[in-house]
Amino acid sequence: MFKYFPHTEKDIKEMLATIGANSLDDLFVEVPKSIQNKAFVDIDKRLSEHELTEQLIKISNQNKILEIYRGAGAYDHYTPSIIPYLVGRSEFLTSYTPYQPEISQGTLQYIFEFQSLITRLTGLYIANASMYDGSTSTAEAALMASAHTGAKKVLVSQTVNPKILEVIKTYCHYQDIEVVVIPEENGYTSLDFIKAQSDYAGVVVQNPNFYGLIEDYSGFSDVIHDANALFIMNNDPQTLAVIRSPGEYGVDIATGDGQTLGIPLSFGGPYVGYLATTKKLMRRIPGRIVGATTDRNEKRGFVLTLQAREQHIRRCRATSNICSNQSLMALWVTIYMSLMGADGLEKVNELSYTYSHYLYEKLLETGYFEKVHDQNFIKEFVLKAKFDPKKIERKLVNKGYLFGLPLLDNQVLFAVTEKSSFSKIDQFVEVLKNVLQ
Amino acid sequence: MYYNKLIFEISKPGRIGHDLDVKTTNLDKLPANLKRADKLVFPEVSEPDVVRHYTNLSSKNFGVDTGFYPLGSCTMKYNPKINEKVASLPGFQLVHPLAPEYAVQGSMQILYETDLLLREATGMDKFSLAPFAGAHGELTGLWIIKKYHELRKDFKRTKIIIPDSAHGTNPASVAVAGFEVLEVKSNENGTVNVEALKELLSDEIAGIMLTNPNTLGIFEKDILEISKLIHDIGGLLYYDGANLNALLGRGKPAMMGFDIVHLNVHKTFSTPHGGGGPGAGPVGVVKHLADFLPGPVVEKKNNKYVFKTPKHSVGRTGTFYGNFLVILRTNSYIKTLGVENINKIGNLAVLNANYIRKLLENDYVVAINDLCMHEVVFDGLVDKSTGITTLDVAKRLMDYGVHPPTIYFPLIISQAMMVEPVETESKETLDHFISVMKKIAQEAKENPEVFKNAPHDTIVSRLDEVQAARNPLIKFDDL
Repeated sequence: MFKYFPHTEKDIKEMLATIGANSLDDLFVEVPKSIQNKAFVDIDKRLSEHELTEQLIKISNQNKILEIYRGAGAYDHYTPSIIPYLVGRSEFLTSYTPYQPEISQGTLQYIFEFQSLITRLTGLYIANASMYDGSTSTAEAALMASAHTGAKKVLVSQTVNPKILEVIKTYCHYQDIEVVVIPEENGYTSLDFIKAQSDYAGVVVQNPNFYGLIEDYSGFSDVIHDANALFIMNNDPQTLAVIRSPGEYGVDIATGDGQTLGIPLSFGGPYVGYLATTKKLMRRIPGRIVGATTDRNEKRGFVLTLQAREQHIRRCRATSNICSNQSLMALWVTIYMSLMGADGLEKVNELSYTYSHYLYEKLLETGYFEKVHDQNFIKEFVLKAKFDPKKIERKLVNKGYLFGLPLLDNQVLFAVTEKSSFSKIDQFVEVLKNVLQ
Repeated sequence: MYYNKLIFEISKPGRIGHDLDVKTTNLDKLPANLKRADKLVFPEVSEPDVVRHYTNLSSKNFGVDTGFYPLGSCTMKYNPKINEKVASLPGFQLVHPLAPEYAVQGSMQILYETDLLLREATGMDKFSLAPFAGAHGELTGLWIIKKYHELRKDFKRTKIIIPDSAHGTNPASVAVAGFEVLEVKSNENGTVNVEALKELLSDEIAGIMLTNPNTLGIFEKDILEISKLIHDIGGLLYYDGANLNALLGRGKPAMMGFDIVHLNVHKTFSTPHGGGGPGAGPVGVVKHLADFLPGPVVEKKNNKYVFKTPKHSVGRTGTFYGNFLVILRTNSYIKTLGVENINKIGNLAVLNANYIRKLLENDYVVAINDLCMHEVVFDGLVDKSTGITTLDVAKRLMDYGVHPPTIYFPLIISQAMMVEPVETESKETLDHFISVMKKIAQEAKENPEVFKNAPHDTIVSRLDEVQAARNPLIKFDDL
């Protein structure tokens, strides 16, 4: 047999005899012979653990581990070492959706803590148990706005990450919801454009935006609410410790990706999305929600609640089909937020701010770059290169650096986190200058 | 001792859990109108506080590693530890998703190989590994159906047929994808009623969504006829891969005529369920639909892996490429088993389910009296005079250290208990479960009071869900 299968030959014989079957084939008599065939024929023989480990280490070595100056939706923040240990505990890892609350209090409680922390971070009333990532949570917010208002148009700022915009377009296309892009002015969302619009369900903005700029969204909620639409804001939750929160801006739905809360880059996933909203919209929120209650001895406990909203109850009347989410990654960021505290998050932002502004100045000093926007950024910014940035990307990779992300028109989007230092930046800029000479 | 604190309740002003030493105040330079006025209040705890708190929480959970977890339709198999080890390799964890292709060839190789492996499992011709979960895969598959008909300018195809036994996500996905649901009834054998299906057919049908074996654990033996009927009217066949475990080594969805498949790798391919994610829901299609897959997909050119966006792509489904580390675990699992072992999975899973069916048939009503596949559905106790319901049985099971099966699903069986004993469970585990279930049936007759307050031995007893819904307390600040 095989190490994951406990059946001995004797077990199989006895079990078949109990069932009254002569062979395993007898159990599949309902499956037409014409469609029976082996699932796998064209793969290699099994690998032992050490062979597999060797092979996968070899494959992983085909990836280059680089010093990272790129963000654009995935940021190189530090992961405190306790997190993978705690998240990796079998009782969390190998359980499923907490359908039976009596034996799932661990999962239910950390989801409750996640919801509590996200509501404080966003300044909104209710958060769900998590979404797949920041793009799908934002797209689902757009669908929520359309379902709530009945309007079939959403406005999305051009300063939103273009990949998130693409996902919003995907979700909306199949429900015949039109997506209109709000133009930017010097990197900022045009409020005048929104004022001229009508019959829309919601407005989607991002803060800090795709260029790293912290926008001032004062006045937006009045304009949007006067049009009977919803205000949707995507944030980098790490920055929400210091920048004005969605709650303070009168936002109706706050979304974002928890990757910046200590989740490794991992080639794009798994990350975790969140979605928070107002009390008024509570019954339109997609996904699982955990609530506190008591057992018959008046002991506090947690259960899945407000389930009348969900797919398994509403079936074809559901407005979201989300079932499971990214629970374990919600635990990941819950532990991160608990460990770091508000003080730790503020310090991460202070360091990111300090280093990114230092890099900004250093790059300008080289004479190879010029300014594009103002300097209201926290860890990510755009400069315009006086050369073709794509041409030096590979040279820098060979020297161990992931350069900023080349955008259109020789613009480059740089990101720096608390993991950087003045000396690292000095060295990087020296290498860059050498490459350019 | 029972630990019942929230992280907020162990907070003490002045404690910290991080090691950042920062003296500067550069953030003060940001204009005040951009900054948070409402100061963030989070728990203040030390590192050992956090470790002990979450370790205590973990002990309040039941997982596959704790005990038997026969949750039907969820395929709660053993999650190999080697998969966790390889998913933690720095060479995979520290890689930026937007690094240039030549710097991420290793991760791209994993995506490419896993696509090939899943093609082998299903007979499909190309996979997208981007969908994040089973339901997300369903949505992606339905978008493919919609875009396919749209491109042919066949705009009248607005309806998708789904059996009345379908998973709840199926009709919800259909609605979110902008289709209408047409429900087809099951016959007395628990399979699609082909005559009823014929009556639904028209040129407004975009496709059909089927799970095979279905949610009753029964193989849809008319599948070839169904597939011909749907194809003849110009529709597409969608395979919900939730129950693929039954067929590993026995048959591929492509052989049954399916055009689109989603897989739940957290079920069939052993990646951890993680308390409800992250999973992954790769979507595979037959050749003529490959151009509709979400982008980007990985291809191999001149011995290099490259990203490509398919020509008629349904669009982007997530910021990057899906749950990469989950796909990596899938890759590791399939390689660990190899062809010789993966082909045994269906046999052993089906053997286990039929063994339970046979030995419990005198105590619990077998919903469909026939051979089952990887799961068996019971319709409550045989002896209905006791008044003991499926919920009572489920709650009592916890006192015996067993995770209850899926209950009250599928909806067409009023007292449904859906038991899925996967291939990694031994005969001894099944025998223990069977003896417990028989004992519970006995208790129903002799000592029905014991059910009233069950479970008795869990850290909390039955929780008041009505109170939770009436007066939602959904965050610490509400308490």
